[in-house]
Amino acid sequence: MQKGIIKLKNSPSIVSFAAIGGLKEGEGPLGPQFDSIDQSNRFGENTWEKSEAQMQKIALSTALSKKEYAAHDIDALFAGDLMNQCTSSAYGLLSFDVPFFGLYGACSTAIEGTILASLLLDTGHFSRTAVVSSSHYYASERQFRYPIEYGGQRAPTAQWTVTGSGAFILENSGRGVKVTEVMPGRSIDKGITDINNMGAAMAPAAIDTLTRYFANSDKNPDDFDLIATGDLGYEGYKIVKDFMRDYGFDSQTKYNDCGLMIFDRDTQDVHAGGSGCGCSATVLAAHILPEIQRGNLNHVLILGTGALMSPESILQGESIPGIAHLIHLERE
Amino acid sequence: MNMSNEQYKKYAKQKAEKSPLLKDCIKAFLIGGLICLIAQGFFVLYQTLNIKEEDARLLTSCTIIFITAWLTGIGIFDKIGKHAGAGTIVPITGFANSVVSEAIDAKAEGWVLGIGAQMFTIAGPVILYGTASGMLYGIIYFFMTM
Repeated sequence: MQKGIIKLKNSPSIVSFAAIGGLKEGEGPLGPQFDSIDQSNRFGENTWEKSEAQMQKIALSTALSKKEYAAHDIDALFAGDLMNQCTSSAYGLLSFDVPFFGLYGACSTAIEGTILASLLLDTGHFSRTAVVSSSHYYASERQFRYPIEYGGQRAPTAQWTVTGSGAFILENSGRGVKVTEVMPGRSIDKGITDINNMGAAMAPAAIDTLTRYFANSDKNPDDFDLIATGDLGYEGYKIVKDFMRDYGFDSQTKYNDCGLMIFDRDTQDVHAGGSGCGCSATVLAAHILPEIQRGNLNHVLILGTGALMSPESILQGESIPGIAHLIHLERE
Repeated sequence: MNMSNEQYKKYAKQKAEKSPLLKDCIKAFLIGGLICLIAQGFFVLYQTLNIKEEDARLLTSCTIIFITAWLTGIGIFDKIGKHAGAGTIVPITGFANSVVSEAIDAKAEGWVLGIGAQMFTIAGPVILYGTASGMLYGIIYFFMTM
């Protein structure tokens, strides 16, 4: 271990993946790259919570079917979402009958899960694992903000929760996109209390992880074809660019944010961009991983960013801690 | 990050995209005004139907509440509210929308602990503090006119 960076000896591979999305995601720039889109956002269910759970089920089934795997081929599942007690994961993946780790890393969950799954593959405890995460705009609005039909105004700094789920199958031997390094993030709280500016709340954690990585790694930003944060949106993106100036982030075009990639801010009325557990998960599964497979990207850094607050902590005036977990993906 | 929490908060605030205040105010004024104009139209209509002024006032409020509830139910009100801001929140439309939108969402949790308990989550404070200040005013008025 090198000051927080863990180099994986056997470099587990992401051998299969799937991205499922809702209407707005389908209309976004990455829409055609999703495995499936449900324009009703309901996924055949009658409550938004069940719709989100169903999304996870479809995502994992799709990822499994691409390799013609059955559920019992998986040694363990790592899954999480934004709903209280992570019910979307627990209910959605109930039918798979696979040992299950429920995770909460807010919107960083897909990357947190990938780190844990990769580590356990690397140590040889498991030979095949799956990571799933999701978020649903309507379910999240209900839990964190206002009722869906409530006629309020959103702040320009607010983000739009992605309706989507990403599933990933990882193996310790097998052909796919390699996870070569992982770096767990530290939770950082810089005192932001505004729930409508989560980009600013999470950016310090992303800056912390990035600076720790580049300070301790033999790599520099130029060694990567893409450095993507999970869901900082426009606000957090600006702040990261600003603070990472010493590493050339202000001038280079390799840095992007999944929340800016999934939606078109000019036409889709999403204010500061996308957010949620489904944001980095679907952008990874729909866009980044296929691009690595096609050979258009060789080295990619992904930072799963999360805001670790609850509706109660916000009402009680607590500030919002952020977290950013890092993985280094490499073309085989 | 070489910045204290206070410095960072200031930095983030200054960096943050601002709401277009003037545009928002104009839209709120126009849409809010339009709602009041429509309400006045109903009031005049009810009066021409020989309804007592007091009843016509009540009917006007009921009509606006009904229209808001209907627009909320068919998913249009939030699209108006997004532009209107205070223009739809301040009139009785805001109150009606907050109750109906909660009720629609809470249906999934059942009639009692869902709709029953959650319907007034947003409107509750208005009812509580509206009633409380009414009582306070009443007491003051009582002693002043003694």
